[in-house]
Amino acid sequence: MTGQRTAQRTAQPTAPPAPAGPAAETPAVPRFYRVASRREDTADTVTLELTEPAQPVPAFAPGQFAMLTAFGVGEVPISVSGLGDSGGGRARRLEHTLRAVGAVTRALHAAPPGSLIGVRGPFGTGWDVASAAGRDIVIVAGGIGLAPLRPVVLSALADRSRYGRIVLLAGARTPGDLLYAGELERWSRDGVEVAVTVDRADSAWSGEVGLVTALIEPAGLAPGNSVAFVCGPDIMMRFTADALAARGLPASRIRVSLERNMRCGAGWCGHCQLGPLLVCRDGPVVSYDRAAPLMRVREL
Amino acid sequence: MTGTATPAPRLIDIDGLPALFEALRGRGYTVVGPTVRDGAIVVAELASAAELPFGWGVETEAGRYRLRERSDTAAFGHSAGPQSWKTVLHPARAKLWSADRVTGSAGTSIVETGAAEPPRYALLGVRPCDVRAIGILDQVLTGGRHADPVYRGRRDGAFVIAVECTEPGATCFCTSMGGGPGADSGFDLALTELTDGGDHRFVVRTGTAAGAGVLADVPSRAADEATVRHAATAVAEAAGHMGRTMPTQGLPRLLADSRESPHWDDVASRCLTCGNCTMVCPTCFCTTTEDVTDLTGDHAERWRVWDSCFALDFSYLHGGSVRTSGQSRYRQWITHKLGTWHDQFGSSGCVGCGRCIAWCPAGIDITQEVSTLASMLEQAAADEDKP
Ligand SMILES: Cc1cc2nc3c(=O)[nH]c(=O)nc-3n(C[C@H](O)[C@H](O)[C@H](O)COP(=O)(O)OP(=O)(O)OC[C@H]3O[C@@H](n4cnc5c(N)ncnc54)[C@H](O)[C@@H]3O)c2cc1C
Ligand code: SF4
Ligand code: SF4
Ligand code: FES
Repeated sequence: MTGQRTAQRTAQPTAPPAPAGPAAETPAVPRFYRVASRREDTADTVTLELTEPAQPVPAFAPGQFAMLTAFGVGEVPISVSGLGDSGGGRARRLEHTLRAVGAVTRALHAAPPGSLIGVRGPFGTGWDVASAAGRDIVIVAGGIGLAPLRPVVLSALADRSRYGRIVLLAGARTPGDLLYAGELERWSRDGVEVAVTVDRADSAWSGEVGLVTALIEPAGLAPGNSVAFVCGPDIMMRFTADALAARGLPASRIRVSLERNMRCGAGWCGHCQLGPLLVCRDGPVVSYDRAAPLMRVREL
Repeated sequence: MTGTATPAPRLIDIDGLPALFEALRGRGYTVVGPTVRDGAIVVAELASAAELPFGWGVETEAGRYRLRERSDTAAFGHSAGPQSWKTVLHPARAKLWSADRVTGSAGTSIVETGAAEPPRYALLGVRPCDVRAIGILDQVLTGGRHADPVYRGRRDGAFVIAVECTEPGATCFCTSMGGGPGADSGFDLALTELTDGGDHRFVVRTGTAAGAGVLADVPSRAADEATVRHAATAVAEAAGHMGRTMPTQGLPRLLADSRESPHWDDVASRCLTCGNCTMVCPTCFCTTTEDVTDLTGDHAERWRVWDSCFALDFSYLHGGSVRTSGQSRYRQWITHKLGTWHDQFGSSGCVGCGRCIAWCPAGIDITQEVSTLASMLEQAAADEDKP
């Protein structure tokens, strides 16, 4: 019945082109990876290193996400927080940083070294770090939003000479909620300009207190020559992107990573819609000129 | 279908239908088609041609669907029922995978347990609007980067027998949506049913080589020109008898411009957010997943089930749903069907089958809501122009 399918296809009006690149071979069936290490970043957040895949899925780009399965419990979208070894175009080693907030993330959070976690992916758009070559990189993270941005820092540092300044502004609820504290110091030594703020300080905290947007002004950015990568709660991304735009950074050079309910990651389930976007396919990373008009509509 | 001329139409007499069933069954197809069940014409597996709804028609209106007896014995003399072919190709429940957790000397591993061969269905009696709906599902579920394996398996194995439409229902508006009562592509065989003069027969056109193969096994004769013309006229006239029309000029723009329309409050005051419209719609494809285990916890399965954008938890994010109000959920539905579907999949998501109108318990009519939105925008524009 190929003839019939072809006839039907040609009857379709101009469809958006399928994104380039190799498709996952079995996008509906998870490939199980072994938890090689489990690092507790904060009280509710861990970074899992996944290795020894039965069959590795294709390699991830920074900003893309996986659908992670806790066996028998469920599946949730989680960004890649470290790319590790992706020899032969395959993800042989993956890192994910996840916060326990509900049934599935609690089960993943509790997964001990040696246990198995299902991976589907890679899904979605990436940050496209390389497009910032020759410019300053401005990274703004709120809370767990730093996790999807970690590969931006790592890949920029791995290719340091291609970029101008690397500025990282991170906000957390409390000092104890700050992710990757040790790494932040290392990145700082490696030439990343790191500034951190918390919503609520504790007695040991001597740093900034307040919203992450307050770190933008002191950073002394060069809006004409920067690309911004922003991830955090919706409201934080809007305030941050608007503040960057107000300083003259064009919205097309501000990228945000959108979050929507996702049941499939592959464009089949319809859950991730945000107006014209299927966030799992057209996002999660979207430039702010496209995202802003959608993010402003209540309950879209 | 390169180079070969379209074969001339043929005629099958009503007595030839059992042979059609045999030919399909002999090729390994399970025949699904319309049959009367519980006061409606549903899509179900058919054991024989005798189960077709001979002599039954339907009466539809907003919020209303009734069987009626026809004055003839037509088998396909009815407009769309509560089900569509998505119940076959994109089933309401499907297993995505199952796996066992096995602990051996080398530690624990998870072994996928065999996937079943997809069933092969012959879809008998697919209306032209529903042929288009299948084309839209093709684009959504297999036209992107990742092909949905459940749909792909069932779709690749399917044999499509379209039946052209000569009596549109009161809720039909396929012509507004760019379709029509005739079928020009997307089928293996296309039938036009004729009952005039007590002579019950079908004009048959062939769409594919597979269709020609099946037809060769069914007693048929060459269709005389007068009969072919008679059938074509009946179909062409049907285009003028649509019960509804949809104002289709610039629908995506209209809906985008209506995002903050006060009209959503009015619809929400009537809409029960029951999701019936999404269940009966032949193109609504949304699903969710359920993971289940056996008592040991070492055997797990993932099932995919239909979902609806009218369900409150459809848009759930940690901390609460994005679309809590009825306003926003109706807006999502109608905007997706008629507007953002174009952005996402390159066509409208509505074929004008009228099911959502007939099966809405509150009688909400998609064509009426669009007219209202359009006139409200016009009014707003006119008010702005006033000094
Ligand atoms: C593209 C993307 C990347 C993400 N990256 C990360 C990350 O790197 N680290 C991290 O900690 N979190 C990330 N999240 C958020 C994470 O997916 C949610 O916290 C998680 O889905 C919550 O599921 P739960 O069952 O543990 O919690 P609950 O909040 O209790 O959820 C209950 C149920 O709601 C549904 N649900 C809630 N949120 C979502 C969702 N976003 N998608 C689908 N279903 C949902 C599920 O059915 C879930 O079982 C990301 C989300 C998206 C969309
Ligand atoms: S929206 Fe209504 S009329 Fe349009 S295809 Fe769906 S059920 Fe049919
Ligand atoms: S209208 Fe609703 S249920 Fe139908 S495809 Fe769109 S989002 Fe899914
Ligand atoms: S997550 Fe299923 S369509 Fe996007």
